[in-house]
Order: sequence, then C-alpha cells, then structure tokens
Amino acid sequence: MAKIELQKLVKEYGKTRAVHGIDLTIEDGEFVVFVGPSGCGKSTTLRMIAGLEDISGGNLLIGGEVVNQREPKQRNIAMVFQNYAIYPHMTVGQNIGFGLYTSKLSKAEKQKRIEEAGKTLGLEKLLDRRPAALSGGQRQRVAIGRAMVRDPAAFLFDEPLSNLDAQLRSQMRMEIKSLHRRLGTTIVYVTHDQVEAMTMADKIVVMRDGNILQVGSPTDLYENPVDVFTARFIGSPSMNMVEGTIAGGNLSVEGAAISGLTLPAHEGKALIGVRPHDLVVGEATGAGLSATGTVEAVEPLGSETLVHLTMGKAQVIATAPGRVVPAIGSAVSVHAGVGSLYLFDAVSEKALGRA
Amino acid sequence: MTMASTKELAANSRDIRPGRIITWTLLLIGGLIMITPLLFMFSTSLKTSGQVYDLRLIPAAPTLDNYIKVLGDGRFMQWFFNSTLIAVTVTISNVFFDSLVGYTLAKFEFRGRYFIFLAILSTLMIPTEMLVIPWYLMSSQLGWLNSYWGIMFPGMMTAFGTFLMKQFFEGVPNDFLEAARVDGLNEFTIWWKIAMPMVVPAISALAIFTFLGNWTAFFWPLIVTTSKELYTLPVGISSFSAEASIQWELIMTGAAIGTIPTLLVFLLLQRYIVRGVMLAGLKG
Ligand SMILES: Nc1ncnc2c1ncn2[C@@H]1O[C@H](COP(=O)(O)OP(=O)(O)OP(=O)(O)O)[C@@H](O)[C@H]1O
Ligand SMILES: [Mg+2]
Repeated sequence: MAKIELQKLVKEYGKTRAVHGIDLTIEDGEFVVFVGPSGCGKSTTLRMIAGLEDISGGNLLIGGEVVNQREPKQRNIAMVFQNYAIYPHMTVGQNIGFGLYTSKLSKAEKQKRIEEAGKTLGLEKLLDRRPAALSGGQRQRVAIGRAMVRDPAAFLFDEPLSNLDAQLRSQMRMEIKSLHRRLGTTIVYVTHDQVEAMTMADKIVVMRDGNILQVGSPTDLYENPVDVFTARFIGSPSMNMVEGTIAGGNLSVEGAAISGLTLPAHEGKALIGVRPHDLVVGEATGAGLSATGTVEAVEPLGSETLVHLTMGKAQVIATAPGRVVPAIGSAVSVHAGVGSLYLFDAVSEKALGRA
Repeated sequence: MTMASTKELAANSRDIRPGRIITWTLLLIGGLIMITPLLFMFSTSLKTSGQVYDLRLIPAAPTLDNYIKVLGDGRFMQWFFNSTLIAVTVTISNVFFDSLVGYTLAKFEFRGRYFIFLAILSTLMIPTEMLVIPWYLMSSQLGWLNSYWGIMFPGMMTAFGTFLMKQFFEGVPNDFLEAARVDGLNEFTIWWKIAMPMVVPAISALAIFTFLGNWTAFFWPLIVTTSKELYTLPVGISSFSAEASIQWELIMTGAAIGTIPTLLVFLLLQRYIVRGVMLAGLKG
C-alpha cells in the first residue's frame, strides 16, 4: 500500500521527449486510469513507475521515498502486460506462483496464496493446465493472479484488455473493478479506450503528446472538460463541435436559432460543443439551440437511434429517442436544451464554460 | 455423403501426376546413392579379411569376429570415450555460452553491441583451413598441444551458434522478460528460467549440430594430437589404415560402431532435427 507521486517527471529518448515533466499524485488505494491517443506517453509513464525505463528528469516517489534509482524488484510493484506475458512452459499454477519466485515465504504459504488467487479469479480447476490450453480471458486472469499473489504496493496495468473481444472486455472490466474494491490496492491502469477509463477509474488522467491535459473523476471530465481535446475524447460518440461567434453577450451559430442562454464573458469566435445525447431530434420544447439538418445516416440502437446530420457546413450526430428511425435524406429539427452547450475559445481551444 | 467420399477416394488414387513420379524417382536415386556407402560399410564389417575385395553386398559367410576384435581392443574404447567426452563437453559449452552471448546481443542495449555482433559474424566467413595454423601456433605457445583442451578449445563457442541463438532470442517478446524483472528476478535467472525455455527448438538444433559436428571432426583433432590415447574416433580409425597392412574390415567395423551414436541422435531427435534445419534455414 503506498502513495505514488510523480514530480516533474521527464522521459527522453535521445533528443526526443516522450514525457514532458508531468506532476501527479496517486493516493493510496486509488484506481487511476491514464487515457490518451496512441503515442501520448502513457506506457512510458507507467514503465517509469515500474522501473522498466530510466527516469530522465524529475522525481518518482513511492510511499514518500524517491525511488528513481531503484530496480523494479525494490519497488514492490506488480505489472500486468497487454500480451499477458504468462510463460508458455509453465502451468497456470506455476505461472501464478512465479510471482513469488523471490519471496521468502514457506512452500505451504506460497501454495496457499496460489490457491487463493486461483479461487478469486475462478481458475481453481485450471491450475495444472498449460497456458496454450486457455482462452484469452483466462490467460489474462492468470497474469492478474501472478500479480496478486505478491501482495504488492500497487498494480500497474498496460492495456490489459485490448486483446479481448468486446463482451469479454466488459466482463473483465467489472472483474478488475471488483478485485480493486476487494483488495483495496492502488491501481494504475493505462488504456486508450475512454470507456474503460470512464467505467473503472476513481481518477482519470488525460494525456496528450507527453503532457497531462486534465485530471479528475469520470463525471468531472465528462461535465467540465478543460479543452476541446478532452471534451471530444471523453464520451461516446464524441461531442459535436460547431463554429459560432460570441458578440456583445450574444451567441450566433449559422443556421441555428438560439435563445435563453447565459453566456460566459468572451468576444469573438468560439466552438460550441454539444454531446450527441443532448442534441435531440424533434421540435424545440424550450430555450436553447434549435436547428434543422439533413439526415445522412442512421444507427438504430433499439431504444434510441443515432442520427448523422449535415447542418449547414457541419456534420453532427444527434439522438432520436424512441423507436422512430428518421428516413435518410429527410430534413429534421434538432434541439439542445439550456445547460447542454460547452463553449470553447476557437483559437486556444480552452473551455470558456457552459451555457 | 458416402457416394461422394468414395468418388473422392477414387479420384485421389488416380491423381498420380507425371511430376510426382519424376520427383519420387529422383529422391529414390538420391537416397540409394547416399545409403550405398553406408551399406557397404556394414557389409564389409561382417566379412573376413579374405572376403573384403569380394564386392557382394551380402557377405557369403557373415561373422561378428571383427566386432569382437575391435571392441576388445582397448585403444578403440579409449577413442570412443575421447570422442564422447569431447562432443558432449563442447555441446554443453556451446549451448551455454552461445545462448548467453546471443541473448545479451539480442536483448540488451549497450555501446558497441552492433560492432561486437559484426565481429562475431565476420568470423563465420573465415574457413577452418585458414584458422588451423593460428590455432596450432596458439596451442603450442600455451602448451595445449596433445590435450583434450587443445582439441576442444576452438569449438567451445561458435559464431554460428551465437548468431543462431541471437536470432531466436530476438523473437522472445520483451514483455516476458520485463514481467520477470518486475517480479524481482535477477538477469541471469531471467535468462535461464524464462528466455531459455522459450527457445528450446533452437537449443536442440544447436545441440544436435554441435554434437554431430564434433563427433565427426577429423582435421583439427588429427593435427593437434600426437599420442594415440588422445585420438578421437575418426582419427583413431583412420590410423588403422596407416598400419603395415590395411585391414579394411576392421576400419569399417570401427566406422560402423562410430556411426551408432549418430544414428541414435538422428532416430531419437528426428523431429527436432527436421524442425532445427527448417528453423536454422542454413547449414544442414
Ligand atoms: N524505446 C523508445 N525509443 C524511442 N522512442 C520511444 C521509445 N519508446 C517509446 N517512444 C516514443 O515515446 C512516445 C510515447 O510512447 P508510449 O509507448 O508511451 O505511447 P502510448 O501512449 O503507450 O501509446 P499506445 O497507446 O500506442 O501504447 C511515442 O512517441 C514513442 O514513439
Ligand atoms: Mg502503450
């Protein structure tokens, strides 16, 4: 159990900087998820925490001690890899027990831990099997088991679910989450999938180009994204963005009627974000933003339908509630209520506030 | 269903194309050419000295006398022992050191890595014949002539083996090694416990090639040894022919016994050899 602190942490590969001096505190027992697009430095950061990459600058503290120079084994951290990294020449039980290879526990105690981990992960019947005879999900559980038996200060996960199919992925998400609830051990989890971040994290860290853009709880990030990037990254489908202008306390968007908004102080061009979920097909029922568009494509999901629209020059996605599926090519009205608009500066792309 | 499969069977048996016949014929001829000397060796080993020049494949009066004579000869047993000792030691040494160096070159970044690899690789291009003189000079300077070590030292590590193992270790995903590192294993244990078991096919190929190469080695052992007790089997057997009258039947008997370990290796490890040759994609 330990708090992990990143202080101005830098990673350089030769002349290129992969991580640009990031600051972050991970509280003891917290489930922290790093998200960001490919190449943003998530894995590199995680590997620095693990001790698999040298730290080029700044400090890494685990439990209040600077561990920059410590070997991975001295950090008491366990890691689960994307490709599971379970050893093909050992049985499931041996693989799980391998986490205890260097521990000084008695043989009986080791065996007890292996069996416990096996039970927790539903592997008790498979302990004598070879990894080749396991499914992807079972392999991933073995990898988690190997990390568990060590009773480490923290678990590090690097995209552990990306090799699994969609259904198994959502099942494993829940399993990892409940494992965390039971063990209470700090987890640092890396993914490029915002759904994983939203569903599992206590705290999400959004990274881009080696920098941290925003840190917050899933609802925080969903409700108050600091910039266009985070706004579009969190939430699925992505937030719609249309151009507009704020002048003299009035917002105007080409082809849309706007009423009853309290705008943040800003003059000039702005980007207006609306989540597809908040942009509803149908006549306006009150103040807010209303517009019409042409249906380009529809994605019926059963209880509702995602409608792809062309509104003037912009492409947006709206939601049609109920089982009504609009015809392709038809013109429909859409409406977004007060409070569902996110405003951003068009130049800096920083958030201005909501309206 | 049944109809269809019967038809298929019929179609299959009619499916003997001329191309196949040619291939089989060529393979058959090749096989016969390869096996004839071997058959003659065994056949001659069963003949008496008077029958040696009677070139019949099946001896008129087969006898095991030669085997009794050869096996009863203390020198022969000594040579057999020498060959075994040398081939086994050199094989173990190659498996260990070639892998260790190959692994280091494959998995660690350090200054000069590429240069070292090239240097090792470049020795592959120098033929043994050119190396024999430096080896000999070195052995005589260091007093290694006429010793087991003198016979073994040039082969204790090979560039080919190092290269082979390096290629294979490159195929071992880093995740496995890093997982072990995070679990607290030291680098040597990671190599031995994790990386080595993952390249077992390559290790078997290397072990087989090394064993066979050393078992049949002739040139260098002949040069470096002077006393008969240190001869290896091939050198010893050939020394039979240097004696007053060439006793072909005894030479052939010695050779026949000498091929037994080779045949055993082939029969027992056939699977690995085929795979090894395919894996190595080189040297056969
Ligand atoms: N060994 C290396 N040498 C040089 N550059 C590297 C090395 N490893 C990573 N990088 C660079 O560092 C940056 C961050 O890489 P990193 O692996 O942390 O990305 P990531 O966020 O994990 O991406 P992904 O989602 O694709 O795994 C990338 O631009 C990458 O090219
Ligand atoms: Mg990564």
